[in-house]
Amino acid sequence: MSDFLHMGGYAFYVWTSYGIAFVVMLIGVIKPLLVHKQQLRGLKLKRQRGQR
Amino acid sequence: MIMRFLHKFSSPPYFYSISGRLLPWLTLLFLALLAYGLYGGLVTAPADYQQGDSFRIIYVHVPAAWMSMFIYVVMAVSGAIGLIWRIKLAEIVSISSAPIGASFTLLALITGSLWGKPMWGTWWVWDARLTSELILLFLYLGVIGLYSAIEDNRTASRAVAILALVGVVNIPIIHYSVEWWSSLHQGPTVTKFAKPSIHIDMLIPLLVMAGAFKVYYAIALLLRCRNELVQREQGSRWLGEILENK
Amino acid sequence: MSADSLSNAFLSVVRRDLLLAYRHRAELINPLAFFVMVVTMFPLAVGADVELLRRIAPGVIWVAALLASLLSMDAIFRSDFEDGSLELMVMTPHPLSVLVLAKVTAHWLLSGLPLLLVSPLLAVMFDIESDVISVLLITLLLGTPVLSLIGAIAVALTVGLRKGGVLLAILVLPLYVPVLIFASGAVDAAASGLPVSGQLYMMSAMLFLAITLTPWPTAAALKMSLS
Repeated sequence: MSDFLHMGGYAFYVWTSYGIAFVVMLIGVIKPLLVHKQQLRGLKLKRQRGQR
Repeated sequence: MIMRFLHKFSSPPYFYSISGRLLPWLTLLFLALLAYGLYGGLVTAPADYQQGDSFRIIYVHVPAAWMSMFIYVVMAVSGAIGLIWRIKLAEIVSISSAPIGASFTLLALITGSLWGKPMWGTWWVWDARLTSELILLFLYLGVIGLYSAIEDNRTASRAVAILALVGVVNIPIIHYSVEWWSSLHQGPTVTKFAKPSIHIDMLIPLLVMAGAFKVYYAIALLLRCRNELVQREQGSRWLGEILENK
Repeated sequence: MSADSLSNAFLSVVRRDLLLAYRHRAELINPLAFFVMVVTMFPLAVGADVELLRRIAPGVIWVAALLASLLSMDAIFRSDFEDGSLELMVMTPHPLSVLVLAKVTAHWLLSGLPLLLVSPLLAVMFDIESDVISVLLITLLLGTPVLSLIGAIAVALTVGLRKGGVLLAILVLPLYVPVLIFASGAVDAAASGLPVSGQLYMMSAMLFLAITLTPWPTAAALKMSLS
């Protein structure tokens, strides 16, 4: 296991690459999801105001 | 037949509902491909006899670089479709692709540089592939900048489509001129990085990871397209019905 | 429509733009002064070592030409857009792409050609030999029109925007890369006594490609900016 994490001495480079890729791709999905939630909430509020 | 399907698919309410149903399946497919690719790439693939374990960066670097180019082409083609047939959804696909493509380009650059440090001894080399990737990033930044600078969404989409088409005609010219340029100026230090004949156990995880990245692009694209659609169709009836049913 | 009236339209647009520029001739000096000044900054930045300067001169002169052309680019459609004459041009029966080509031609005569005329002077200041200077001139002759043609697309896309300046640079500079590479490559090769015909053929190919292809996206972008 520690051999695996060690990556033949290249641990820093390999794991930083994978880490950055993970973070960038996660943000690429999370951000649109959050925006979507916000949009729907905003539209709902607008409609409720319109009905009153 | 195909046109009819396209027309149906590109109607906003239909797209919204079908993309909502597709997303969980795509996520599942992505996770499966990712798990297999990561296991294959990080565990079962043998270490490279020259580069040791550092070559494992290939499994994020190369798919990201492939995607960066693939997405630019998708952006230009869907932009052209939007420009010619005035299909709203094509415009949306075109502009929603730009940030995803830019992030893959950035990813390819960063991982390339993290790979370069142990292999070449420096973070950056003015080698043909890195340099043209950097220029590709500039092209993406131009597209994003132009879209955000123009107020009206539809005018902005058309502007972006024209720019993307000009870019896509230029990319091969830029690529080959950069290649020629680096063959002039380059020392022999990078031969270590030259095309390796790749072992089958190394190749399969690479292809699987490339597939995973493609599915990821589909997921991120659908999410962004839905947002853009909601943004543009705020007052429409179908959106109201969806809100009602929630 | 006959070819005759088309070439008439082309020539009258060129003549009009030249005349307009002549009325504001003081402004014509600006890009030229900018070009000379940018080149002057380099010896001040890297030192007065003649060997080093001779080595980097082709690149320096070409980058400065690139920036100078970028700087003057914005003016190509701006005033016509603001006073409405662009709208009239779109409404004429002539294809807009031809009129665009005329405007780019006039613009190159006013901004590209002057660069060509002062560059030998700068080349002498960098101690470049005379046969290399002639290669530099040929690359400028072939390259600067391409810069104007490509730049026109980006200007047409941004002409409706109030703050188009930096955006224009971001849109255009990546597209200028091939011209920069082949032009400075040719001058470099000439300086080390190598044959340059390959690069020059490549640049003429780019020029003809640009002349035939770029007027269309420019015209489309102009129509979009006006709508």
